[in-house]
Amino acid sequence: MPLLHVTDMSHNFGGLQAVSKYNLSLDPGQITGLIGPNGAGKTTIFNLMTGIYRPAQGSVIFDGEELVGKKPNQTASMGLARTFQEMKLWRHMTVLEHIKMARYSKLSYGLLGAFLDTPKRRREERYTTELAMEYLQMFAVDQFADQLVVNLPYGAQRRVEMARALVIEPKVLLLDEPTVGMTPDEMMAMIEVVRTAHERFNLAIFLIEHRLRVVHELCQRVQVLVFGQVIVEGTPNEVQNNPKVIEAYIGEQEVDF
Amino acid sequence: MEETLAPKQTGGLFHRVGLFFKPVPLLGYLLGFLACAIWEQSAGEGLTVLLGLPKMPVLFGLLTIFKVLAGIINFLIKGDAFNWATWVYIPAALVYLTVIYLLPLAIVARAVVKPANALARFLQRFPLIVTALVQLGLMYAVLHVWAEMSDYRLIFLKLTLIAVLFTLSLNIINGYMGEFSCSHPGFMAIGAYMSSLFTVGLFASDKVLGEAVFNVSTAYLTFPLALIFGGLMASMGALIVAIPSFKTRGDYLAIISLAFLFIVKSFFENMQALGGSRGISGQPDWATLPVIFITMALGIWTINNFVTSTMGKALNAVRDDESAAEAMTVNTRKTKMTAFLFGAFWAGVAGGLLAHVLRYVNPAMFSVQKLAEVLAMVYFGGLNSVYGSIVGAVSISLLGEALRPLEILKWIVIPLLLILVMIYRPTGLIAFKEFDVRQVFGPKEVE
Ligand SMILES: Nc1ncnc2c1ncn2[C@@H]1O[C@H](COP(=O)(O)OP(=O)(O)O)[C@@H](O)[C@H]1O
Ligand SMILES: [Mg+2]
Repeated sequence: MPLLHVTDMSHNFGGLQAVSKYNLSLDPGQITGLIGPNGAGKTTIFNLMTGIYRPAQGSVIFDGEELVGKKPNQTASMGLARTFQEMKLWRHMTVLEHIKMARYSKLSYGLLGAFLDTPKRRREERYTTELAMEYLQMFAVDQFADQLVVNLPYGAQRRVEMARALVIEPKVLLLDEPTVGMTPDEMMAMIEVVRTAHERFNLAIFLIEHRLRVVHELCQRVQVLVFGQVIVEGTPNEVQNNPKVIEAYIGEQEVDF
Repeated sequence: MEETLAPKQTGGLFHRVGLFFKPVPLLGYLLGFLACAIWEQSAGEGLTVLLGLPKMPVLFGLLTIFKVLAGIINFLIKGDAFNWATWVYIPAALVYLTVIYLLPLAIVARAVVKPANALARFLQRFPLIVTALVQLGLMYAVLHVWAEMSDYRLIFLKLTLIAVLFTLSLNIINGYMGEFSCSHPGFMAIGAYMSSLFTVGLFASDKVLGEAVFNVSTAYLTFPLALIFGGLMASMGALIVAIPSFKTRGDYLAIISLAFLFIVKSFFENMQALGGSRGISGQPDWATLPVIFITMALGIWTINNFVTSTMGKALNAVRDDESAAEAMTVNTRKTKMTAFLFGAFWAGVAGGLLAHVLRYVNPAMFSVQKLAEVLAMVYFGGLNSVYGSIVGAVSISLLGEALRPLEILKWIVIPLLLILVMIYRPTGLIAFKEFDVRQVFGPKEVE
């Protein structure tokens, strides 16, 4: 039984069929890739699975439970964590606060603790801080802990975002173009970060990428999405040499195989 | 950019003055101000006579100065008669301010640096509550001695402390949560009316609410209950605003909350059982300075606890990027509702205090002007900051009093000042600064 199972999921925005009859199954410990040209509907698939939009048709079964109809905070608490293509960080919050925030649903001190600074709250906040620092160390951003995240270099911001998603302790991690806008060196570093996270937590990772190179390095299996439909599915090698894929990428600048 | 609020290294006069006072802990200033207050009690009268001032300045000489300025302005604009001999009051008041306050404060604060820091360091060895109680106790003593000098001061101080609580409670919503709420005077009104209903209805005889139900001498002990009741009712009112406003994403709060303010006001105007537009009067005199001081301290403490907890910081996350907050397991709706009701609770408590300081309450007190005033305090002082709300409430209160002789012009000067702040500091004077209680009460390390 797969960890995450999407069946015949479709969605449209007004007249635009953004995703049609999409299927996916993710097994624990596997890294799967989703590639396709801009506007193909990749991010929309993430948004549909995590509950930002409700799919018009289809079902998303995660760990035996239906996700359709659940809100993003619920799907995240259940263990489906994500990052964003445009890296949504909180501009007035420090790096440490970012990581601690992702433990929100695991806090149990309640309103009384929040208002009255009870011993339980102090204990929990202390534990959360220690845990957050561990994650920051893991991603080599602990030296920035008390800085505002907007003051960090781009690569470090990306790693903070990754640490923030992982501290949820997810079963599945969805990464939306983690190397977008990176130089080749930064890209190689990011590939290492993803690999480390995968080994360390034995996660299922579902990775949206624009660059085939990244997919090649990381994924066991790849789907190619064009106009909301999966046209090819297979190993990176099979996909790379498929004429349909080459055709779909014609006219795109950033084809770096 | 509000991120870089650190003082610029200009090396100018301000910078050097700042360095001079840098090692002074809060305890030092408290002792310094205590010295001023005691010094004024013994020397204030004499100095007033010596300087030829008509009477002893009540608000550091500010009122005296602005009264003269107002006279000149009214002469220039309206051609009112002006006694030119009175302009000497301005330098006289400045001398008074310097001799009674500035010099003793500077000298004592600087002189006690060593013992004050030692004491602060010593107190830090105990649990935080000990340090806090000692220093708050001293702060109360200072205010008490200062306010003892005149009834005007006492009422000014009471209203200012209430304004601090009221401002901070709005900052939760407009600052920490980053949505624009206009209903705060409405919550204050609910708190004022409901606590009055409790105290006047049960323990006092009055035309509107009838004979006292109970006649006990220790009735004032129930005042906290009255305040809590007022606060809870304000929270109930807030629920009416919160449910439709936070149902979906989007900025409906401003308009819904403004409508709510008008509805509350006209509700009390038309509610004959609560005195209609004349309101309720004859509240017992229970809002004494210590009661207000303790309530304000409790309010600041719980609000600061909330906004510094991870649960409370969720407000910042929701404000800065709501979809990221949701993706990181934050229940955004619950977060907003909690903060909104919590803010309304303290606004209600502030209203209860206000009604019992003035000893009357009527719908006209909670007009759009009240809204403008509290918004000015929040935005002038600084968003997302406990310091900001304290500074904003105190300075706008002081300014409001000082500019009172300007009459209608006051409502030109204050907005102009606000506009200036908005241009140079768009988020207010002391925005986005965390209020670390341990640091506030702690020693200042001198290198
Ligand atoms: N909220 C929305 N409303 C309307 N159209 C949308 C919305 N989100 C995405 N789209 C459209 O759906 C298509 C797929 O977008 P997206 O999933 O972001 O593509 P990708 O991530 O593959 O680049 C695009 O044509 C985009 O304009
Ligand atoms: Mg995308």
